Amino acid sequence: MYKIVEKRALAPQIFLMDIEAPRVAKSAKAGQFVIIKMDEKGERIPLTISDFDVKRGTVTIVVQTIGCSTKEMENYEVGDSFLDFVGPLGQASELMSESIEELKNKKIMFIAGGLGTAPVYPQVKWLNEQGVKADVIIGAKAKEYVIMEEEMKSVAGTVYPCTDDGSYGYKGLVTNKLKELVQNEGKKYDLVIAIGPMIMMKFVCKLTEELGITTIVSMNPIMVDGTGMCGGCRLTVDGETKFACVDGPEFDGHKVDFAEAMRRQTMYKSQEVSKTEGIKPGCGLVGGTK
Amino acid sequence: MSIKKRVPIAEQDPKVRATNFEEVCQGYTEDEAVEEASRCLNCKKPMCITKCPVAIDIPGFIQHVKKREFVEAVKVIDKYSTLPAVCGRVCPQETQCESKCILGIKGDAVAIGKLERFVGDYSREHNVDLSETKPKKGIKVAVIGSGPSGLTCAGELAKDGYDVTIFEALHEAGGVLIYGIPEFRLPKETVVKHEVENVVKLGVKIETNVIIGRTVTINQLMEEEDFKAIFIGSGAGLPMFMGIPGENLNGVFSANEFLTRNNLMKAFKEGYKTPIRVGKKVAVVGGGNVAMDAVRTSVRLGSEGHIVYRRSESELPARAEEVHHAKEEGVIMDLLVNPLEILGDAAGNVIGMKCIRMELGEPDASGRRRPVELKGTEFTMDVDTVIMSLGTSPNPLIPLTTEGLDINKKKCIIAEDGTGLTSIDNVYAGGDAVSGAATVILAMEAGKKAAKAINEMLSK
Repeated sequence: MYKIVEKRALAPQIFLMDIEAPRVAKSAKAGQFVIIKMDEKGERIPLTISDFDVKRGTVTIVVQTIGCSTKEMENYEVGDSFLDFVGPLGQASELMSESIEELKNKKIMFIAGGLGTAPVYPQVKWLNEQGVKADVIIGAKAKEYVIMEEEMKSVAGTVYPCTDDGSYGYKGLVTNKLKELVQNEGKKYDLVIAIGPMIMMKFVCKLTEELGITTIVSMNPIMVDGTGMCGGCRLTVDGETKFACVDGPEFDGHKVDFAEAMRRQTMYKSQEVSKTEGIKPGCGLVGGTK
Repeated sequence: MSIKKRVPIAEQDPKVRATNFEEVCQGYTEDEAVEEASRCLNCKKPMCITKCPVAIDIPGFIQHVKKREFVEAVKVIDKYSTLPAVCGRVCPQETQCESKCILGIKGDAVAIGKLERFVGDYSREHNVDLSETKPKKGIKVAVIGSGPSGLTCAGELAKDGYDVTIFEALHEAGGVLIYGIPEFRLPKETVVKHEVENVVKLGVKIETNVIIGRTVTINQLMEEEDFKAIFIGSGAGLPMFMGIPGENLNGVFSANEFLTRNNLMKAFKEGYKTPIRVGKKVAVVGGGNVAMDAVRTSVRLGSEGHIVYRRSESELPARAEEVHHAKEEGVIMDLLVNPLEILGDAAGNVIGMKCIRMELGEPDASGRRRPVELKGTEFTMDVDTVIMSLGTSPNPLIPLTTEGLDINKKKCIIAEDGTGLTSIDNVYAGGDAVSGAATVILAMEAGKKAAKAINEMLSK
């Protein structure tokens, strides 16, 4: 059993949890994910690691209530336990395989969409520990949905909040903000790392391709085991089939087939709406939680 | 003297069982088992034993069954195998022990598998105590994976007095016995759980949710956690695909995914939250036991099930019993057919599969006749789900994260014949991780031999 030792709301429908899992905390790296199965009958839910504390033996996750499994998770309180918690899964962020000198010479921009801010944080934090300051665009629907801004500011260069409704920071999409920074303010970036909803990552990649900036995205497809066994998370990268769980979750965004990836995310959607014949109705889409 | 016929065994009616996940074969009663056991000639030179990978004293346990000494029979098998109720159900006896039975020359071989199953079930139903071990040595051994090879290796080492911990990546112990083989062939709650518990009763600890290579590495286990030897029984869990167009459409699954959703995650059961998608017409591509498991599962979930296999019936790698059961349950066999492309609608859902008919040519390297395309015979199968069951390969994670662990071209761990010793001292491997996908009993054999080698190495 894996005990919840801290829980707090970050925004409407978004909450953070610190979970006791010493083995995972000890080996976790930025960019990796965990799988949680709440109880005997639960789904295996993949969630990106938002932070970890080796001394306390805890791993932090940030969850948005989008399906009934994540809604159920919201009912768990401090002191409760999850039945299963496994990780860290997937490859660590590619940044970690580069030399510090190389990274210091790079101007890096993170683009965090909504809940995607959570997995961006450990990467920016890690860079900061190496003496590299990265900039971050945080995109959200409205002010109350901007999460982890203070934490981010403490480890980032400049943080640019953007909201769709203009209630906070820049009014407009993250892509417009990036375009403005590069084209109007003369900012130069060598690398963009975008984590957020699939549709946002797709449009960021479209823009950065035009701007000629290498872009890494973190994919969050449907999966079961997370260890390469089921192949449910397969996607096409540069014309080749890859398994997000073991080959990723991070990929070169300019090579990802987003249309296919977005379509595959709807695999069980009909089940949520109607009990289609021959299909067991699912509880909720997992994935989309990054 | 005419040979008595094999005592028939009760099975669920095909029409009924095609709608449920209860076990197909219902096993012998005590009287039936005794009657069947009495057919055994108790040969002086029992050939059956020579074909058993773990060399169970087959006439020995059968003679006890014949005399109604069931507990004694349990104890005979337990000397050789910790998983009799599993093996009695899933071993290919017809090509192993039973193929050498003298009675088989002129009539029916003794139903060794069904008798083994009877003894395994008797042991469970009567709580026969099998927890005896040698005095504890206080030496730690780690076993990676809780499938057949890992459970066997762990059980054997625990009997020898070692302090054994099994690390399992999934949330439940049993490996392929849990995620792969369906309920209707191998009940989980009763049979698999019980045989896993028997290993735990020997003192083996099982840590689930630990992925070796990610959560902790082999080096860390040896250096930081004081394990003196390691056995890798991580199986062959990676699914293969054909590489034809349309394989990433919605409605195309690996047999591994389909079966894992249904078996491990229990999607077929009310209240379990993992979704499963199976359409009105399902094509399972492949002809092995896993393909039969997948197609029979899809039939039970309410669809029309097809096997699509590029050779003919006599080349099917699946056990004859599984093919027979599948047909009885209404599975349609589309043989000498090979898929070319999976077709999708505008939304990316499967709406058909383009195939071509095949004929058999000259034998290939495997000795089976090579399937050759028949030009101009392309046709479209009307299906909305395609399940690829083309075999599996070992997971590369452990070799990738363990410096010095050698693998071959097929990504199998290289291990010494007879001992399982790998290219690293004190690290052993066996089962599908070494052989590629094979059978439960061959994995058990490898686990058993490695346990013996580990014991000898640590006793020096």
